[in-house]
Amino acid sequence: MAKRSVIPFGPQHPVLPEPLQLKLVMEDEKVVEAIPAIGYVHRGLERLAQEKDYQQVTYLAERVCGICSFIHSLTFCQGIEELMNVTVPDRAKFLRVMWSEMHRMHSHLLWLGLTADAFGFESLFMQGMRTRETILQLMESTAGARIMLGTCTVGGVRRDIESSAFGEINTALDSVARDLDQMAPTILNDYSVRERLVGVGTITAQQAFETGAVGPVAKACGFARDFRTTGYAAYGQLDFKPVTETAGDCFARTQVRFAELYQSVDLIRQCMAKMPAGPIAVPVKGNPDGEIIARTEQPRGEVIYYIKGNGTKNLERLRIRTPTFANIPALLKMLPGCQLTDVPVIILTIDPCISCTER
Amino acid sequence: MSVLAKSPWVVHFNCNSCNGCDIEFLACLCPTYDVERFGVVHVGNPKHADILVVTGSVNHRNARVLANVYQQMPSPKVVVACGVCTSSGGIFADCYNVLGGVDKFIPVDVFVPGCPPRPEAMIDGIVKAVGILAAKAKGIETPVADKPRITVSPSPKPVDETPAQEPDEVGAVK
Repeated sequence: MAKRSVIPFGPQHPVLPEPLQLKLVMEDEKVVEAIPAIGYVHRGLERLAQEKDYQQVTYLAERVCGICSFIHSLTFCQGIEELMNVTVPDRAKFLRVMWSEMHRMHSHLLWLGLTADAFGFESLFMQGMRTRETILQLMESTAGARIMLGTCTVGGVRRDIESSAFGEINTALDSVARDLDQMAPTILNDYSVRERLVGVGTITAQQAFETGAVGPVAKACGFARDFRTTGYAAYGQLDFKPVTETAGDCFARTQVRFAELYQSVDLIRQCMAKMPAGPIAVPVKGNPDGEIIARTEQPRGEVIYYIKGNGTKNLERLRIRTPTFANIPALLKMLPGCQLTDVPVIILTIDPCISCTER
Repeated sequence: MSVLAKSPWVVHFNCNSCNGCDIEFLACLCPTYDVERFGVVHVGNPKHADILVVTGSVNHRNARVLANVYQQMPSPKVVVACGVCTSSGGIFADCYNVLGGVDKFIPVDVFVPGCPPRPEAMIDGIVKAVGILAAKAKGIETPVADKPRITVSPSPKPVDETPAQEPDEVGAVK
């Protein structure tokens, strides 16, 4: 047996935008085992949520993660609304879907760029980030901010998208779809990209099921697990099918995310076509009492919020289970047996969000 | 910018951030903003860098890593702290695991306010840092940066009887 050595990967590593440490037990160039060490971005957000007014927690929830921020606040608001029996106006539901899908697109494009960077394809990275700017500008023109929108609130949304802005949104979506078409042959057919992704970091459907993988990791193994199909917000009135692949390797996860980008373009267009008239928010009185579990689909998978109120303005407990936390056990199944050079690519194909995981 | 004798290379460290500032910093380096055309190159190795861009506040676990990254950089070096968390902890100021701003641990030369700051503001911060870098290279003393005036002041923390929970450690049980 070859001599084993341990290589620390992270917390400060060029391919990782966030501090995650993996101790890689190596046999020559081959990874035998990966031991994660997290806690570099733990803030203690759940405890802070108990000291703030539940309305303020909406903005705190938004800062669980800067990448899928809107969907975090949406999940929290949906939980509180269900707890307080608030009926959200239809228009607000459609607006929420629009911003959620914009966040999904910018998250997937960021992921696409970072993965391309991890396998050394810098021009593809720049192309992904260039397309992403279109989405960020779209968010800025509709909500007033590029990243932290702050538009979701308990009882509805705080900003309306006038129908006069739909033309501009359509133009932006056209340009995004054009860019995606341009990138598609490179990502899906390019020889060097396929060499780095096909058959790398494979996980079987059985392993994905046992480790409780969510989002694109589960979808790439053939599980049509997409929480949007339950029809929260306005998803019930929109027409879409969860994207699935069966190979379970890095390439399948790439295909799933790339197809979801097109799906998001389509969902935003459907929202604009079906947008009902009416108010965008209802006033909310009182305080939440009781406990509830709220779930939504994030770019990385399903997020779970457990909210417990006790009739006062402060919550008694807030617990967040984020998708990356569910995907880390699956990651640990993918790594053993791979080459050291493939480690960054495999880590990035689960699209890790460490800020989410550690809160 | 006429003082610019060399291209400033930056290393980025995510301290305790929510990612908002990090992806905006990444946007600075990419098309639309593209600071690379001015020679600002993002490097992974602190030993190659002139400017350290920090985002987020400091917690118990990453304070040592931050100090390590800072110490590994060769002099002269400049620290740019991006986002409100770096000056006070921002929205997380009252969290039990947040020790405070970055300036408690390493000297900060430029603060960029915002949650998250816009890429334009970050570029402004880096341009300021280049001037400071040139001054430091000539041996001129530069003052430590003033904190942004409008910032969240942490309220006195309530005495908590229960000890702070350790973060979840995946793989701790083997």
